[in-house]
Amino acid sequence: MKINIKKIAKLANLTLNSEEEVKFEKQLTDIVNYIDKLNEVNTTAVEPTAQVTGLVNVSREDNSAISSLNQEDALKNTKSKHNGLFKVKAILEEK
Amino acid sequence: MNIEELTIESLIKGYKDKQFSVTEIIKLHLERIKYHDKDLNSFITVTEKEALEEAVKKDKMLSNGNTDHPLFGIPIGVKDLFVTKDIKTTAASNVLKDFTPVYDATTVKRLKEAGAIILGKLNCDAWAHGSSGENSDFGPTKNPWHTDYTPGGSSSGSAASVAASFTLASTGSDTGGSIRLPASFTSTVGLKPTYGLVSRYGIIAMASSLDSIGHITKTVYDNAIILNVTAGTDGMDATVVPNKKTDYLKNIIKDIKGLRIGIPKEYIDKGLDADVKIIFKEAVKVFSRRGAQVEEVSLPHTEYAVACYYIIQPSEVSSNLARYDGIRYGNDRTFFGDEAKRRIMLGTFTLSSGYYDAFYKKAMQVRTLIKKDFEKVFENFDVLVAPVSPTLPWKLGDKVNDPLKMYLSDILTVSANLSGHPALSVPAGFSQDKNLPIGIQIIGPHFSEHIIYNVAYAFEQETLYYKQKPNLI
Repeated sequence: MKINIKKIAKLANLTLNSEEEVKFEKQLTDIVNYIDKLNEVNTTAVEPTAQVTGLVNVSREDNSAISSLNQEDALKNTKSKHNGLFKVKAILEEK
Repeated sequence: MNIEELTIESLIKGYKDKQFSVTEIIKLHLERIKYHDKDLNSFITVTEKEALEEAVKKDKMLSNGNTDHPLFGIPIGVKDLFVTKDIKTTAASNVLKDFTPVYDATTVKRLKEAGAIILGKLNCDAWAHGSSGENSDFGPTKNPWHTDYTPGGSSSGSAASVAASFTLASTGSDTGGSIRLPASFTSTVGLKPTYGLVSRYGIIAMASSLDSIGHITKTVYDNAIILNVTAGTDGMDATVVPNKKTDYLKNIIKDIKGLRIGIPKEYIDKGLDADVKIIFKEAVKVFSRRGAQVEEVSLPHTEYAVACYYIIQPSEVSSNLARYDGIRYGNDRTFFGDEAKRRIMLGTFTLSSGYYDAFYKKAMQVRTLIKKDFEKVFENFDVLVAPVSPTLPWKLGDKVNDPLKMYLSDILTVSANLSGHPALSVPAGFSQDKNLPIGIQIIGPHFSEHIIYNVAYAFEQETLYYKQKPNLI
């Protein structure tokens, strides 16, 4: 199986140099070839399991008084803030 | 008083009998860490100041006769995957090397409220991605029994710290074996609880349908004491099942006559190191001697468990690690190590359009079959006993250049994560040549930890391996 490492890295929001592209492509190809053995298993009419507890529709009261992070705490670990907000790169251009 | 011989049980009694103060005990452990941890690298952060301040508070309580808390004055370590308020939490990754959480994980909160004193944050594979501790961005942890060897991973520091008597308990997480493997490699007791027993709130997520929050201790009794504190709903984790917690100490000393123990043949049939096979066979005899009925059973889909796991886990990892973009916290994604990048990309691939059905959906179906294998066997057996690792602990560096070889170390542990079943690793002996520890695991039905502890206690009291301690340099 051929892995399009450039495409995957882009989807994963990871930057790889050309050396890494070669290295990871080989390693991932090896791994994917191994996990491919699942095709040996007959799974006709088998329901997929997403989680094992069997719990469904777990909810709590819609109570905004339940503690949440205050603004100061929420900003505590960022490297880029301004006026009590997270500062990020521009995503819209000026015309 | 020998620090190596201390257990939670004996320390609680010692405090009550006024044999020593909390400050004395905490100082003793901190000094031991200061002296020996440079050789083991089990801690990323030691919280000496906070621990001593807490010890002073506890001694005040001691003098007022106020010692009812189940973990009063017990020195513990916390895997650096668990957020601790105002204490740096890194997940052993450079992405979070300057991150200080603003809240405590539920488990941390409960251990503190029970009286435990945190000595520091423990080293692990970054993001819990690993089976040896070698994927830490802060250097690998060494095995206290032989420092050229791995202590196992990903809860490498947690296992080493207990084995070295730096702490009396260390928290951990087990997504594919990350508590049981290091416990078995260090001759300590490691619990992977049932998925849905212990809250995952505040634990940096690896694979949300597989992460199980547990701990490592010196003895089985100690391990049950900790579970009594951490188990149960907290209102913050929607996957914790209500009303499943029980008293894990209540029947721990019962005899195990007539208990039905299954030995899964697929775990023994191929690929076990000679030493592991010998130790395992001797261990099985112990259960028979104690009156249990031991029989071979079959878990037919065992050979597909690693493939199944290494599709589901990286898929969930790729989603959970998407939040690390360096905007709200941490450094950007260029700070990820190789293993993290590998798993993120693997998961991105298996979830991507055109491959989702062949990989992720297929793996979820195989997961159903693996779960059914266990359920079928538990119709006629109380617990299963199996080895934890097909090999002895390996030398640091042996598997770092072969990711797939590293993944195959998980072959005997991942099934219990896929199915959600609880499993406890207990010491079962040492290899002939280099005296390296080997453990066995006891696997039970969902929420049967009290039965598992009962079986484990019987085994431990018959074999007494916990009395052997590593020689620290």
